[in-house]
Amino acid sequence: MTRHVVAAADELAPGSSKLVMVGGREIVLFNLDGEFFALANRCPHGGGPFCEGVVTGLALSDGPGRYRLERAGEFIRCPFHGWEFEIRTGQSYCDPRSTRARQFNVAVEHGDALAKGPYVAERFDVSVDKDYVVVEV
Amino acid sequence: MKVPFAGAIDCDLHLPSPSMAVLMRHMDDFWREQFVTRRIDRMDFQLTSFPPNTPLAMRDDWRAPAGEGETPLDKLRREALDPFGARIAIGSILHGAIGLYNEDMAAVICSAVNDHLARDWLDHEPRLRGSILVMGSSPDHAVAEIERLAADRRFVQIILPVMGDFLPGKRQMWPVYRACEKHGLAVALHAGSTYRYPPTGSGWPSYHVEDYIAQSTAFENAIVSFLAEGVFNEFPDLRLVCLESGFTWLPTLLWRLNKEWRGTRQETPWLDRPPADVVRERVRFSLQPVDAPADGALLTRTLAHIGSDELLLFSTDYPHAQFDGDNALPEGLPADLQRKIMIDNPPACYPRLAAEAKEIAP
Repeated sequence: MTRHVVAAADELAPGSSKLVMVGGREIVLFNLDGEFFALANRCPHGGGPFCEGVVTGLALSDGPGRYRLERAGEFIRCPFHGWEFEIRTGQSYCDPRSTRARQFNVAVEHGDALAKGPYVAERFDVSVDKDYVVVEV
Repeated sequence: MKVPFAGAIDCDLHLPSPSMAVLMRHMDDFWREQFVTRRIDRMDFQLTSFPPNTPLAMRDDWRAPAGEGETPLDKLRREALDPFGARIAIGSILHGAIGLYNEDMAAVICSAVNDHLARDWLDHEPRLRGSILVMGSSPDHAVAEIERLAADRRFVQIILPVMGDFLPGKRQMWPVYRACEKHGLAVALHAGSTYRYPPTGSGWPSYHVEDYIAQSTAFENAIVSFLAEGVFNEFPDLRLVCLESGFTWLPTLLWRLNKEWRGTRQETPWLDRPPADVVRERVRFSLQPVDAPADGALLTRTLAHIGSDELLLFSTDYPHAQFDGDNALPEGLPADLQRKIMIDNPPACYPRLAAEAKEIAP
């Protein structure tokens, strides 16, 4: 695993997402209420680009004709076939056993800690008073 | 192949449609007078679905009238009950009354058909059980008829044509299903239509073969309607029985249901598990017509795709021409599946048959 700095933490407001390239791969970063998560930008079902999907909640029901939305903002709906994935875990909602979106570890680290790595300087303007989003690939 | 052992439960057997003269015995004075003065007492009110002259509607060797000194019930015993060793046979009368626009008249005829079934058939043959004929176009009348007859435990299901005025899962039908669930009656949809609408989505076909093939699409529509509207959620003990539906089309429906559900689930969030699982749990299919090639290996593969040995219910579909001689079972059915289809699955589907079995058991 190599750790890649992919964004400055303040580039992603809570509730927003961002497509980044890491080692030639497309990865979508999500900020869920200040927590960061990263999924491969490729739906494991049909290859749809998650970056174009709708961030949504879970439609649930207590019976026919009764609707409610829970956990708003915690799911991404693939733009190709509408499959829903939990952003936190990459798990498909309908078929959690067999379908899981590729997930990457994400951390936010202080600029100080990152300055040591050779992979930082090229792409990011590192400064010690900023936090960076780091993806492990 | 022949039925290899006695004790089967035949879940789809047709009793002859009675004449108005017979039905009028089961009506009150007002309606008897109405039918006579309006000169409709000699109309036979046949359904356009499966008119009796069509070759499939009756096997040639069963078309002959009852023999010398033989009652219609004797003929039924000789042709449909005895040869297949049936312990129980569920008889239905599909009468054209369900297509009438006059709801009160239709309801009166349906009630007379049901009373005729009880008095003239069930009272005389302990192996027979019955289906309550109701009008899908008039849920109020249907509920009243179910309540009127519910105490007669020999009725084990209601019966409706698969194509009516609206898709059968719609909420206007729910009072009917509530009554069925309350009284332990299954809901049977039988091939056929009231022809209020064309049997295809693109209008009226020209030929009988088109109508016949269109039935399986109608059953697909009905099953999906039950699922999407949430009938199985609302009525957790209700069973849907598809009669004369065929079942070889089922694997592709199950595959497509699960596939499309994943992307459209949000519309119907009460469908909270793969719909094919719900079908396997709650929907049953009569065996005849088998609609499979004669090669038993192909049928075995189809059944493997369906993925359950609990879905099929033995039926002869008497007197329709679905098989020759006494070969009511298709070739290639493994012995344990034969037993499931003929003995185990019907009581598991019909609460009233299960209750009977319990009473008989020590």
